[in-house]
Amino acid sequence: MLEVGLNHFLIISAILFSLGIYGIVSRKNAIMVLMGVELLLNASNINFVAFARYGNLGIDGQIYALFVIILAAAEAAIALAIVLNIYKTFSNVNIDEIDNLKE
Amino acid sequence: MAEITLINLSILILFLPLIGFAVLLFFGKKFPKLYMFEVGIISLTFILTLVVLYAKLFMFPHNEIMYSFTWIDFGNTPIVGDLKIELGIEINNITVLMLFVVNLISMLVHIFSIAYMKGDKRYNRYFAYLGIFTFSMLGIVITHNLLMMYIFWELVGLSSYLLIGFWYEKKSASDAAKKAFLVNRVGDIGMFLGILILFTHYKTFTFDTIFYQISNGNLPFDSSAWLTAAGILIFMGAVGKSAQFPLHVWLPDAMEGPTPVSALIHAATMVAAGVYLCVKIFVLLTADAMLTIAIFGAVTSFVAATIAITQNDIKKVLAYSTVSQLGYMVMSVGIGAYAFAFFHLVTHAFFKACMFLGSGSVIHAMHHEQDIRQMGGLKKKLPITYITFLISTLAISGVPLTSGFLSKDGILAGTWAFGNLTGHYLIPILGFTVALLTAFYMFRLVILTFHGEPRNQEKFDHAHESPAVMKAPLIILSVLSIFVFYTPNPISPDAGWFLGDWVKTPTTVTPEETRFDFMIEHGESHGDSHGEIVHSTKYTEEMHHVHYPALGLSLLLAGLGILFAFILYQWRKIDPDKITDKIKPLYNFSLNKWYVDEAYDKTAIGGTLSFSRFMSWFDATIVDGIVNWSAYITQGFSYLSGLFDKFVVDGLVNFWAFFSGVIGFSFKKLQTGRVQTYIVLVVFSIVVLFFIF
Amino acid sequence: MNLYDYIFYLFALLTVVSALVVVTSKNIVHAAFSLMFTLFGISGLYVLLGADFIAVVQIIVYIGGILILLLFGVMLTNKITNVEIKTGTIKTIPMAIITGVFGALLISIMYGTKWSSAPPDNMPSTLQILGNTLLTEYVLIFELLGMLLLVALIGAASIARRGRE
Repeated sequence: MLEVGLNHFLIISAILFSLGIYGIVSRKNAIMVLMGVELLLNASNINFVAFARYGNLGIDGQIYALFVIILAAAEAAIALAIVLNIYKTFSNVNIDEIDNLKE
Repeated sequence: MAEITLINLSILILFLPLIGFAVLLFFGKKFPKLYMFEVGIISLTFILTLVVLYAKLFMFPHNEIMYSFTWIDFGNTPIVGDLKIELGIEINNITVLMLFVVNLISMLVHIFSIAYMKGDKRYNRYFAYLGIFTFSMLGIVITHNLLMMYIFWELVGLSSYLLIGFWYEKKSASDAAKKAFLVNRVGDIGMFLGILILFTHYKTFTFDTIFYQISNGNLPFDSSAWLTAAGILIFMGAVGKSAQFPLHVWLPDAMEGPTPVSALIHAATMVAAGVYLCVKIFVLLTADAMLTIAIFGAVTSFVAATIAITQNDIKKVLAYSTVSQLGYMVMSVGIGAYAFAFFHLVTHAFFKACMFLGSGSVIHAMHHEQDIRQMGGLKKKLPITYITFLISTLAISGVPLTSGFLSKDGILAGTWAFGNLTGHYLIPILGFTVALLTAFYMFRLVILTFHGEPRNQEKFDHAHESPAVMKAPLIILSVLSIFVFYTPNPISPDAGWFLGDWVKTPTTVTPEETRFDFMIEHGESHGDSHGEIVHSTKYTEEMHHVHYPALGLSLLLAGLGILFAFILYQWRKIDPDKITDKIKPLYNFSLNKWYVDEAYDKTAIGGTLSFSRFMSWFDATIVDGIVNWSAYITQGFSYLSGLFDKFVVDGLVNFWAFFSGVIGFSFKKLQTGRVQTYIVLVVFSIVVLFFIF
Repeated sequence: MNLYDYIFYLFALLTVVSALVVVTSKNIVHAAFSLMFTLFGISGLYVLLGADFIAVVQIIVYIGGILILLLFGVMLTNKITNVEIKTGTIKTIPMAIITGVFGALLISIMYGTKWSSAPPDNMPSTLQILGNTLLTEYVLIFELLGMLLLVALIGAASIARRGRE
């Protein structure tokens, strides 16, 4: 049990994923939500790399992980730009007050 | 030039007039000068035709050029089996010659019409119709299958209808158009049935495939009777279109259309389409079918000639003479003188178009006076028209050195040979009688119109020669009525290029026992029925044998006819009125066109009318009664069903609306507008779903 | 329990604890710094998994790029001088329960599944293989991602500038 194998990495990933979701749903600040999203992406990346190591995914797993990192960078840039815009419009970034989607 | 170029050019020739039609139809009202576009397009078509003609006759004189593609592939259909419909074109010598004839006359008529139709309020529309007519006619000429033939056949019917009724404000014109359309329909039904017989058995419309199957002994439904029936039924289409007795009645009435149209459609091209069809299907005609066709042709030519003698309208005389000459051609197909039928078609097209345009010129000069009793002495006023008309008249009467002499003489020799070989002497007797009558009535027409003293001084004084655009087509067409264009020998056309090189009789593909005795090849191979063109030697020999007697006799009869005409009308040695008084019943019989129209009125039309009246009564009382009765019942039911709707259905609908409203209100609260709430719900649902499954 | 396992538990602990701080800390700057440790821990896990290149990229891109970007965002959207840099939370307890159940579910699934696990062999450097594969088999996606980054760059600049004029 204590011998480290695939399952250990998967558990770490699962914990990170749950924490990420918790961060997304429980925080008011949009930037905190973004941090949660980053956690989610990292959790999935751990899975990719772990399967690349132990599973049959091979080098492709690492390449996917690489692509996810690139996408995360793009996503972070765009998302922060949007957050800045929201800040300009509403003077704060608390997303529970931004419920224009309701109407 | 490669074959594919030829094919492309032919397709271009086919579709150019259609473009002209479309452009004029849609833009004709805006641009009054647009008719020049149509004339230009037809001239271009004609030039392309010349190219094709030259290429085909001198570069590929012996091959048939075919191009086809599959239009619809039904695949393996139930009951019928493999079914494919192919469209395509076939270019052989006859096709290109016909293309040349159609396009030349079409172009000349276009040019002639520029002056003739000047000032008409639907000037551009007229040229548009000419365009679609040319398109459809070319379609008939170059098709390689019966389906396209039938489609274009109806299209020429349509364009003929439009052009006959061009001045539709005139009651007689619109009536004539309807008559032409309906009478043609009778023949077309026959043609349709004939095509269906062939199609049902052979599963194809393509001529060559059908011929090939027949030559391999594969008869429709394994019986030569069906083959005969198919031949005669398809010939019925030709009876309608080529105005053969008893469906000839539409053609004289069609003269209500503009005169150039009569020249193009009702003299040279469309009516010749019937003969062209017979020529196309010649090889599948059995002896019985051929005999039927020959009798039809002979009777037609005789009936029309006797009527033409007494008519007083210049165009009516020409119309009946056209019917008579078409009868000649059909008869010629029927007796197996295939090459002469086509030869006469070509020569007749030129000289009859010339006559019609000439009459157009006369009518134009006389301010739309068509009665020859009002004319006379016009040769001083209209010298060019007179000379060209005279040349064409000589040609149709069969005077030597003209093209008509060659073709007509060939047909007459053919009938004589046919009589000798089969014993059906009725056909040559009718044929030679018609030769006599033709010469007589044509010269009667010329003398009454152009010679003598003017009978209507006022109209005569106003008469004037037509402008150059009208004279040029006349001159071209009359020049083409001279023998040198067809053969170097003015007595016999056999050695000339037209019959010697270009048009040869194909061997019939029908089984030997259904052919005439003289058409059976003895000795060497007759299996090779395609491409190799062999005329039956026995028939040819017989024709050579009777050639000179026939020539002498026809010359004698033509001379006699001309002489009679001069005695009666030029020198007035005998007063024609006295003769007519003596044979009053016969005269009236001829003047009233054998009472064919009246007979149709009494039988077909009267019958249809009374049948219609009966049907109308049936409709009004019985059918309407049933309809009304069922309407009452429906009304009752509707009332009941209305009550049901109001209480039961509406009640249900309202209940559901109320129910969904309640649900909607309760679920509205879930929509917070916050993305985070939605994510929570998603996660929650995933958990729930996992436990469910 | 050998050295490999000790190191793994070290990094795993680092990752999970700092991630917990990220999602629970009231102070947004603390959260951001904790995220740095999380990312660093994950990078360590990559190394343990033999993905050396990914580990380096993780440090460079995440810690060097994205985290700095997030900090910029924090600084630009909170008035540092007069308001404390704290953020509120929503319904913490029910959320924690739901995500806890969800996490337990994930872990149970991962245990329940029979993974076709190949025994770990000796770990060569992946750098060369990665480079080769990226520029041969995945070259189109590689180019597309380059294009995507360019578009994201321009887009981010354009969105952030909007409303200023």
